[in-house]
Amino acid sequence: MNETKRLENLVIQVRRDILRQVHKVNSGHPGGSLGCAEFFVALFQNIMERNETFTMDGKDEDLFFLSNGHISPVFYSVLARSGYFPVEELRTFRHLNSRLQGHPTTHEGLPGIRIASGSLGQGISVSIGAAQSKKLNKDSHLIYTLCGDGELQEGQNWEAIMYAAGNKIDNLIVTIDLNGQQIDGSTNNVLPMGNLEEKFKAFGWDVLNIQEGNDLAAIISGMKKAKAKTGKGKPICVLLHTIMGNGVDFMMHTHDWHGKAPNDAQLETALSQCAVTLGDY
Amino acid sequence: MKKYTDSGKQDTRSGFGAGLTELGKTNPDVVALCADLTGSLKMDDFKANHPERFFQVGIAEANMMGIAAGMTIGGKIPFTGTFANFSTGRVYDQIRQSIAYSGKNVKICASHAGLTLGEDGATHQILEDIGLMKMLPGMTVINTCDYNQTKAATIAIADYKGPVYLRFGRPKVANFTPENQKFQIGKAVLLQEGNDVTIVATGHLVWEALQAAETLFEKGIHAEVINIHTIKPLDDKAILDSVKKTGCIVTAEEHNFLGGLGESVARVLSTNHPAPQEFVATQDTFGESGTPEELMDKYGLNAAAIVGAVMKVMARK
Repeated sequence: MNETKRLENLVIQVRRDILRQVHKVNSGHPGGSLGCAEFFVALFQNIMERNETFTMDGKDEDLFFLSNGHISPVFYSVLARSGYFPVEELRTFRHLNSRLQGHPTTHEGLPGIRIASGSLGQGISVSIGAAQSKKLNKDSHLIYTLCGDGELQEGQNWEAIMYAAGNKIDNLIVTIDLNGQQIDGSTNNVLPMGNLEEKFKAFGWDVLNIQEGNDLAAIISGMKKAKAKTGKGKPICVLLHTIMGNGVDFMMHTHDWHGKAPNDAQLETALSQCAVTLGDY
Repeated sequence: MKKYTDSGKQDTRSGFGAGLTELGKTNPDVVALCADLTGSLKMDDFKANHPERFFQVGIAEANMMGIAAGMTIGGKIPFTGTFANFSTGRVYDQIRQSIAYSGKNVKICASHAGLTLGEDGATHQILEDIGLMKMLPGMTVINTCDYNQTKAATIAIADYKGPVYLRFGRPKVANFTPENQKFQIGKAVLLQEGNDVTIVATGHLVWEALQAAETLFEKGIHAEVINIHTIKPLDDKAILDSVKKTGCIVTAEEHNFLGGLGESVARVLSTNHPAPQEFVATQDTFGESGTPEELMDKYGLNAAAIVGAVMKVMARK
């Protein structure tokens, strides 16, 4: 099987994992998770240099931080299917005594997680700290961060964005999941954020767009370009244009599935659109 | 009774600065972050000696807490420095999620705590920070009493793995604890032995408690004085052992009586050995502008107030 086919199959399986996790516990956030399935697969399976064994300090490897912690279903699925913990553990998502908390946390010791997130707007700051730690340790590996677009309404982000440029944090690639949706509606209706590309540029970041944010090849090519821009004195921002709910027709292009689980019939319809590839947990 | 002498008034924040200077020389993993208050926090020395390990974040405390949390990943031991108000209330959610819940080894170092910040007034005089911080699971809370103890505590917390809130202040106060003392987190220090009443004090009120004990001694009352520098974890045993002997207690702190040391002590007593207690603390109020001495007098946080509380609590025995 060629590499493209392998990753495509993985994306489909991740979609199934997302839907089944959320359905089983009748809670969680499928919309944003589905929209980022291709990005997570590309990042963990192609872009990042990762060590086999998880350590909190993550020396001599690339690190990933999820700022919008509510898309934990996609994070958990890709971590499990990248070997961080048994895939069967996805069954415990949001259940009592689980390591797979509603929002990701280090508290239960789940391998792959280095910071708690869920309360929004904190991921870029944490990533900057990890990036500066890497520089102090003379470790040339990179920090990758994913933020939601709605999340940029939190002021702390702009403190961090200003600091990163001012301090030339050039081993950091922050990707913004630009799906244009948040809980109460489209970002343009809730609080218009204007031109994010110009905002990041005005703050001193190098910005690039991935217009086809749900296309594996486009993501891989875009992230490689982003990687090539590191080490040149500027932090990198990737605007990833995604479709919320991607891969399940009735969940696409709407904020309705931001934080809602499908019922039994909806799950069946959704799963019929993503046929088993690697096998369900 | 034991005599304590002031070796020369100094500010506790300078003790922090001296401790940080020491750590700069001895521990290469220690890094310092400051939100535009380097001089006020006495971090200049560390900055000058270790520019590569000093991070000026500007007036952006939320970002500072997040960066500090991130720096622990890779093995750094970040010390953040700003005023107590901006170290706690302003950034509570960042501390809660990125540091406390995430179990990060960050040392949150807070100066200008309490009323003794003085003339700047209530916007800067936080009297709620001990309560805020002690409620966070896993957070160690320390409030030191003088220069020497603050220096020792600063050095000690670098060797402890886990989040710590270290609270100190601005005014020059008596320096009376031993130079180069060994600081043990969670271990109360018995300063004066006595059988009639226990006075448990923290921070700037420890010296006032010693002054109060002298006045009481002249009245024939023998007060036991305990310096509780660590409010969490609290040295329950030291408090209980003393109260079992004296039968009553006065707690003294530069903090609201809600949420402070006094309430922690009340919990220990009520669940183990109920005894009369009086609180020397602010009474659910904001502060105001004034000199530190004027404020401590107006809000009842000095030796005279402790003597008054002792008379009251002894009458309830």
